[in-house]
Amino acid sequence: MDFSLTPEQLAIQEAARDFALGEVDPIVDEYDEAQKFPMDVMMKAGELGFLGILFPEEYGGAGLGYIEYALIITELSKIDPSVGISVAAHNSLGTNHIYKFGNEEQRQRWVVPLAEGKKIAAWGLTEPDAGSDAAATKSRAEKVEGGWILNGTKQFTTHGTVGDVCVIMAVTDPSAPRHHNISAFVLEKGMDGFRPGKKENKLGIRASDTAEVVMENCFVPDENLLGEPGEGFIQALQILDGGRISISALGLGTAIGAFETALAYSKERHQFGKPICQFQAIQFHLAEMATRIAAAEILTLSAAAEMDRSGKVSQLASKAKLYSGETAVFCAERGVQILGGYGFIKDYRAEKYFRDAKICTIGEGTSEVQRMVIARNLLRGH
Amino acid sequence: MRIAVCIKQVPDTEARLRVAKDGKWLDEEDLRFVINESDEYAVEEALTWAEKTGGEVVIISLGPARVQEALRKGLALGAAKAIHLVDEAYQGGDARATAVALAAAIQNEGADLVLTGSQSDDVGYGSTASLVAGHLGWPHAWLVMGLEVEEGGATAKVTREMESGMNEVFRLTLPAVIEVQAGINHPRYASLKGIMKAKRKPIDKPTPAELGLDAASLGAAGSHLEILEIAFPDSGDGAQMIEGDAAAAAKELVEKLQKEARVL
Ligand SMILES: Cc1cc2nc3c(=O)[nH]c(=O)nc-3n(C[C@H](O)[C@H](O)[C@H](O)COP(=O)(O)OP(=O)(O)OC[C@H]3O[C@@H](n4cnc5c(N)ncnc54)[C@H](O)[C@@H]3O)c2cc1C
Repeated sequence: MDFSLTPEQLAIQEAARDFALGEVDPIVDEYDEAQKFPMDVMMKAGELGFLGILFPEEYGGAGLGYIEYALIITELSKIDPSVGISVAAHNSLGTNHIYKFGNEEQRQRWVVPLAEGKKIAAWGLTEPDAGSDAAATKSRAEKVEGGWILNGTKQFTTHGTVGDVCVIMAVTDPSAPRHHNISAFVLEKGMDGFRPGKKENKLGIRASDTAEVVMENCFVPDENLLGEPGEGFIQALQILDGGRISISALGLGTAIGAFETALAYSKERHQFGKPICQFQAIQFHLAEMATRIAAAEILTLSAAAEMDRSGKVSQLASKAKLYSGETAVFCAERGVQILGGYGFIKDYRAEKYFRDAKICTIGEGTSEVQRMVIARNLLRGH
Repeated sequence: MRIAVCIKQVPDTEARLRVAKDGKWLDEEDLRFVINESDEYAVEEALTWAEKTGGEVVIISLGPARVQEALRKGLALGAAKAIHLVDEAYQGGDARATAVALAAAIQNEGADLVLTGSQSDDVGYGSTASLVAGHLGWPHAWLVMGLEVEEGGATAKVTREMESGMNEVFRLTLPAVIEVQAGINHPRYASLKGIMKAKRKPIDKPTPAELGLDAASLGAAGSHLEILEIAFPDSGDGAQMIEGDAAAAAKELVEKLQKEARVL
């Protein structure tokens, strides 16, 4: 078993790190405070191929796998989890759904500009009354001549206001059995009856764009349906398997960012005549953080490797997402503790990691839902 | 136009340095190496002018196996080819011996223009590229802050920084060796496609014989300069800490500079 990265993977990691330090780091605090979406950063990320990591070159992508993808999301999230989640949601949710389940025409029409970074993707599954219980979707698509009429509201959609292309899950056949009644559609900015609703004011990852999207008698042509009617929910579950690798990498990056901030501070800050890193209490915090980060890294990359190998990753991705997400929260909390009062104010990034980390135990399936998925598999047949 | 860029891999400036056991160089274990900062600007300048003139960039570096990583980065950024002077005979030389090898590699490539950074961030001799120009018999400019290739590559207009903030602008004929300063441009980032393409680009590793060089004139054997020792300076006890608020501390500092140090 060889855990080492290839020279290209190391180069990709370094490229993402250089980009994050050069283009993201200078704007992090301002954009967080103002809840401003870094469109310029996203466009530059697109030029480097970061918005088409997973898609073959013939569709405008970089043709890489989930390992490279996880390395990039981790590096971006070390500097800014907001940019990490934006790049992740664009790649692994919206664009990936169209790539995996779209036909050739749909891929050419939407995946190409999305992978080239000319457009931003969103993905709407969650609704006000359908969160963890996503199958309780109420958004409705009714068949009409040449297409479908969509009505409903999607909640907490990443890129809900800035997205150009949005994949929406809606019920097409209320009489069909649960999980087989939902279909996936591609909606585009500017369609009649399709608009962003309320943009959320968030605790963390404030520079990422999270909003309601509203469909009011929105006509969507037949050619915008992805796959067959009734397959949308099963498609969405498969997309979430990859999405969990995203959040695992996001959590890992957030944890490392919080850890590195705390480690550097502990060497500079003197109390009782010595740097606080010389106190065993602080050393034990740091050792615990570093150990959990190492474990989260192995889980994230092994889930990514399995995804590249077999595509069957539901269990491992859930475990990775659960563990990395909780590691992010743990490390961010310890990070604040190590900085003491300076961890509680906005002059240091420890405070921001503390706020940002929490999304990792909530988004794309809460920690409770991950435990349910893992346990359900353990107890299959019981 | 064929533009050669000489780059050097140096320890990351943020790395914590330790002296090796023999006391003559750094302990390279666990040391992170990066492309010398001003050399990154030379790469960008080369890529820009190659694009504008429809030319090609060749990256050249002398150093051990680890240098391959820096060359791959240059290839990922857009260079067409790399040359790695990795043969043991090239290693451990002074600026002159290094310049002999680089000049031969440049000649072998038929370059019309050579770009480098102005100084390496590790030893900082700032003389290797001038020696390269000397060996080639080409004109040379140092500390360059502006470059314009003219007449399809026959001449170049160069802006140099002089003392006291003045600029000097002159024209030189090509081929030439031009050493740029950090800040002359905005180096690009490596793209994912660039990194994957770099995998298939060639890295040549010519031996001294292939470059028509006598191994005795190269590396440690061909050097006139020998490092006897590297060490951190002793921390002296001459330092004084001035306490108190900024205004009072500044006043005290000026007083000390006037009365004790007598430099004001
Ligand atoms: C910033 C942000 C971005 C997001 N981006 C997107 C996006 O792009 N697209 C999208 O579709 N969604 C997105 N979401 C939605 C996200 O996936 C949901 O918030 C999440 O799945 C939880 O749903 P909920 O918020 O409705 O919580 P609920 O489902 O109401 O959960 C509330 C609590 O109950 C627990 N719970 C629920 N059911 C059970 C159970 N059966 N057993 C035990 N505990 C249970 C949960 O774990 C949680 O602790 C985003 C959310 C946020 C905050």
